[in-house]
Amino acid sequence: MSTVARQQPGGAYAPRSGSARFDVERIRQDFPILRQQVHGHPLVYLDNAATSQKPQVVIDAVRNYYERDNANIHRGVHFLSERATEEYERARRTAQRFLNAPDSREIIFVRGTTEAINLVAQTYGRKHVAEGDEVLVTAMEHHSNIVPWQILCEEKGAHLRVAPIDDRGELLVDEFEKLLGPRTKLVALPHVSNALGTINPVATLVEMAHRWNAPVLVDGAQAAPHVQIDVQALGCDFYAFSGHKVYGPTGIGILYGKAALLDAIPPYQGGGEMISSVTFEKTTYNKLPHKFEAGTPDISGAIGLGAALDYVKGLGLDEIAAHEEDLLAYANAALSAVPDIRLIGTAPHKAGVVSFVMEGIHPHDIGTILDQEGIAVRTGHHCAQPVMQRFNVPATVRASFALYNRKPEIDALVSGIRKVREVFA
Amino acid sequence: MSDLRELYQEQILEHSKTPRNFRALPDASRHAEGFNPLCGDHFTVYLDFDGDSIRDIAFQGSGCAISKASASMMTQVLKGKTKAEAEEIFRRFHELVTNQEAKSGNGEGNGENLGKLAVFAGVRDYPVRVKCATLAWHTLHAALEGSQQPVSTE
Repeated sequence: MSTVARQQPGGAYAPRSGSARFDVERIRQDFPILRQQVHGHPLVYLDNAATSQKPQVVIDAVRNYYERDNANIHRGVHFLSERATEEYERARRTAQRFLNAPDSREIIFVRGTTEAINLVAQTYGRKHVAEGDEVLVTAMEHHSNIVPWQILCEEKGAHLRVAPIDDRGELLVDEFEKLLGPRTKLVALPHVSNALGTINPVATLVEMAHRWNAPVLVDGAQAAPHVQIDVQALGCDFYAFSGHKVYGPTGIGILYGKAALLDAIPPYQGGGEMISSVTFEKTTYNKLPHKFEAGTPDISGAIGLGAALDYVKGLGLDEIAAHEEDLLAYANAALSAVPDIRLIGTAPHKAGVVSFVMEGIHPHDIGTILDQEGIAVRTGHHCAQPVMQRFNVPATVRASFALYNRKPEIDALVSGIRKVREVFA
Repeated sequence: MSDLRELYQEQILEHSKTPRNFRALPDASRHAEGFNPLCGDHFTVYLDFDGDSIRDIAFQGSGCAISKASASMMTQVLKGKTKAEAEEIFRRFHELVTNQEAKSGNGEGNGENLGKLAVFAGVRDYPVRVKCATLAWHTLHAALEGSQQPVSTE
């Protein structure tokens, strides 16, 4: 298969050289949504951990598909069906390269990270987790990496174990290791925490789990837009991420799984596409990856995701990470200088997120006042209630950065916080 | 653009900082819990009846300025009211913050028949904050009904 990035349909986009200076003003031109005013102020979009904005190449890829290529895939012998199939499968190979997966058969299109985790829980989990067994997660999970395992454990009479984190929001690796054992049948952990921004030492954790023959699922929802992912270097068995957080469309995501594992587990959903032959007596399942893609998939979403991953690769993940680290350091310094602000999640190794609370003022009120200044942040528990309980706060304000953010937007955030103080003076 | 002062009126800020009747009633006839899962707000409303009227009412919990001030002023307004009167005031308060008041012909949309609760009229310009303003009231409603299930705004 080709490993050369191909030109997008429409030809408007050519990947930039990775060595070029990261020109954020030029990059912002790629995102039409950023050119607008909100409540009379230029939009300052700092809710990227919830969802990212889409560059024109992604919008065009989805539109081009519907304008030129729309047909059902893997079935028709006609011209459009062939072309749609080719585009869809090209997106799969793009995702394979993005993750450095050995084989494109190991790339399953799903609706998003949540569906990917549920898929593994309901297939691998139901086959291999039995009464008295254990599933190990961490104390910094998003609800989507807790609830599917709770459902599984409840069904099987298994136990959910939780590796603790420290006051900075870092995983206690020694404690994690102690919780592993012969009963550990699966480990699920985030590459990057959504509420705290902590980057976990995934390769080390995978190695520890593998000593007990426990496969590891990595929730990569918050990692995909920020850090270079190499599933072979990480050694993980499953890796999940969502398209919409990495500048792609909503409703599409990726599950990577080692072929040997995916081959050995039962299908997730039954239907068309996932079969080789069906009689009323017996159905033979299709090969990977189709075995896990029942029904007509989100074809335009997959193609849009392919365009998004090409876009990100074109800019260079190392360059993006360096830009975002710079923003994060700037935001940390700026917010630390504001009186009565407490940062939640201060791990030295972090990606793209500052979570904070203000003495005496509820995050929800802060969010409303910032919104009036055109600043979009997330307030609440970020679907990570156990993290909130760990830090003894009901909610936080979370500003999360993307490749198109710039320092004046952080200055706007700080002035917005001053405005909050004025209102509540 | 709505002025933030329309939402964060002086009285609202004052009640959020110094909520009234902010305590538990250990011998309450009824109590109910309410949650807003989106923002983590959580209140318990306690009611003590004298026959059909509310002899005492109090609340505890945590929430944003809007939800806390609303709970605080609710307890002030409802003390001494009958159950039916309390439900009627809730209905009108709900109309006020959702801008249904003028449409329903119950007033001119400024809450003039709601007394001090009229300061919450500004909430109507912030639809996502309606749940904050009404959380304590939904919890009250559950307590009046004798519901054992916690109330959720979602």
